[in-house]
Amino acid sequence: MPSYAHTIGGQRWHFGSLAELMAKATPERSGDHLAGVAAGDAEERAAAQMALADLPLAAFLHDAVVPYETDEVTRLIIDGHDARAFAPVAHMTVGGFRNWLLSDAANTDALAALASGLIPEMVAATSKICRNQDLILIASKVKVTTKFRNTLGLAGRLSTRLQPNHPTDDPAGIAASIVDGLIFGNGDAVIGINPASDSLPAATSLLHMLDDVIARYNIPTQSCVLTHVTNAIELIRRDVPVDIIFQSVAGTQAANSSFGIDLALLAEGRAAALSQGRGTMGDNVMYLETGQGSALSAGAHHGVDQQTIEARAYAVARVCKPLLVNTVVGFIGPEYLYDGRQITRAGLEDHFCGKLLGLPMGCDICYTNHSEADQNDMDTLLTLLGVAGTTFIMGIPGSDDIMLNYQTTSFHDALYARKVLGLRPAPEFEAWLQNNGIFDTQGRMSNQIPALFQTAIQGVA
Amino acid sequence: MTDNNVTPTPWTQLRNLTSARIALGRAGSSLPTAPHLEFQMSHARARKAVHLELDVAALGEQLAPLGLPVLNLSSAADNRAIYLQRPDLGRRLAPASRAQLTPSVGGVDLAIVIGDGLSALAIQTNAVPFLTLVMPMLASQGLSLGSISIVTQARVAVGDEIGTALGARMVLVLIGERPGLSSPDSMGLYLTHGPYEKLTDEARNCISNVRAMGLSYPEAAQKLIFLLHQARKLGMTGVNVKDEAEALATTEKRPNFLISG
Repeated sequence: MPSYAHTIGGQRWHFGSLAELMAKATPERSGDHLAGVAAGDAEERAAAQMALADLPLAAFLHDAVVPYETDEVTRLIIDGHDARAFAPVAHMTVGGFRNWLLSDAANTDALAALASGLIPEMVAATSKICRNQDLILIASKVKVTTKFRNTLGLAGRLSTRLQPNHPTDDPAGIAASIVDGLIFGNGDAVIGINPASDSLPAATSLLHMLDDVIARYNIPTQSCVLTHVTNAIELIRRDVPVDIIFQSVAGTQAANSSFGIDLALLAEGRAAALSQGRGTMGDNVMYLETGQGSALSAGAHHGVDQQTIEARAYAVARVCKPLLVNTVVGFIGPEYLYDGRQITRAGLEDHFCGKLLGLPMGCDICYTNHSEADQNDMDTLLTLLGVAGTTFIMGIPGSDDIMLNYQTTSFHDALYARKVLGLRPAPEFEAWLQNNGIFDTQGRMSNQIPALFQTAIQGVA
Repeated sequence: MTDNNVTPTPWTQLRNLTSARIALGRAGSSLPTAPHLEFQMSHARARKAVHLELDVAALGEQLAPLGLPVLNLSSAADNRAIYLQRPDLGRRLAPASRAQLTPSVGGVDLAIVIGDGLSALAIQTNAVPFLTLVMPMLASQGLSLGSISIVTQARVAVGDEIGTALGARMVLVLIGERPGLSSPDSMGLYLTHGPYEKLTDEARNCISNVRAMGLSYPEAAQKLIFLLHQARKLGMTGVNVKDEAEALATTEKRPNFLISG
């Protein structure tokens, strides 16, 4: 195993492995302290960043942070590498690559052509020596478009997952949150429910309900019930209307195994969804969630820092050709991301890495009540990610998820971001909003209950 | 617009269908002042619940009428800041606390552990009334009970070390759950059969959201007695017992008004 060093001012800093170098170069966060891999202090971190900047990008193809022989994610990354796409940057160091990414030569087309030539460790390393503004500027140049019943990821668009969760999966309670969100112009990325009860009958009734709503109101969007991929495969076998397959994914084989999945199972899930032929515009049929710290919490991080492992999850996501990838950044708690500052940094890193690797990256901009974070921190990250061109965010009633007990962005928050940044919903969904008088052509909400929902709402005493 | 410069969202009757924060109105397209400040208050309460120190002395006094010895213990996490960042320390006892524990002769059927967890408020509000209700039910099951341990800076798994040290065949942990914005006082119950250190969570059964506005004490007690019965019959707790326990829940569902009619 090669080791790494950097000498500055007569002091020589030594790093015993690539994983150690990457971990010590990572901006500080509680999860890396918990794992015992963080830099001892800011000086050691800066030295590690200097050593990392001097490393050739090609080095990551020869020295794996998780062993090739025992980890199928590493094999996927190395065996799937597109050397032809990598060629234009193959001679660069990490530091030189950052400079190039910031230059005008790295435009939207160049970055699209490069994506399959990059591996997660390259982009993770680059992110570690980027300031927040670099993460924003570079990501904003990447455009990733996906389709199922509408078009997501176009320039100037910001989509939302409408998340109408309810503590008992009550259909009327869920419908109330759905209609609130739709009238606020949310739900173009997906209407996606985290079921309170993870059983097949519960998922079946929720999927039928969402299918009925989308069909009845002719909404150009898709539905998802966030249940395990094996459940979704079984539901498809039973002819339940599954639009989009959900799964949590992570960056090591062992962590995926703790989720009860492997690469073959994800491929099986994707094939099952494709067999339904429910997408009218495209064949992106998966919705994947990730988040820094998930591998460590499963004891499956191999001594690698949580941000590098997170980027490796995007290699797993990439082969699934997903409609949406969501980094649920502040959900896992303060032992991984302690405060608003760490959550903000992680959200920008994840979005940057996902986009460079060619993913339709969105972010669940969120926090729990035991984190040192609040609504102001979320406003900041929302604004930064809006500028960075995030594909989608969450939309829930009043930021309060009454089932999962955490706070994420609200229906109002999405309208704030669209208004202040001049962003619009997905075009098909925007046309639906306008055709039904929910929004006017200037993107303003109607003052009335939209005629489309009048009968249904007035039927509720 | 109303006098308050709020544009109404005139579907407020839907609020009867969910506790989600719907139909909040809008100022421009942003959150109006009143719901914004209500959210701030809810968040402040939830934060306070996380950082509230458990009043161990008061809790000990309130537990006295139950007639069991009470032990005051602390986890290896010295303070709240460490506790929040080091879940591993919250799962272990401090050495001084560990030294207080000695196994009773012949062991006991059930050790009861009360941990502050992420909400001392939940424990201060719910632990004593719940135990007062459930204790006679435990007695009628013929269960032998050891002492009640109160643990500060506790995670659920600290109960495994306590159960092992006391020679208990089962451990019941009452713990403050991660506070939700609208539920800062939610208590969780975790039952573990055959506790040992490094046991993992799939070997437990959990009853969640025990509080006045959530799962009521009688409902929680009924579920607990069912689980205890199953645990003794099957000689285990965990995922295999879970499905049957869930079958007890009979929540009546209302139809989706968007597609009815």
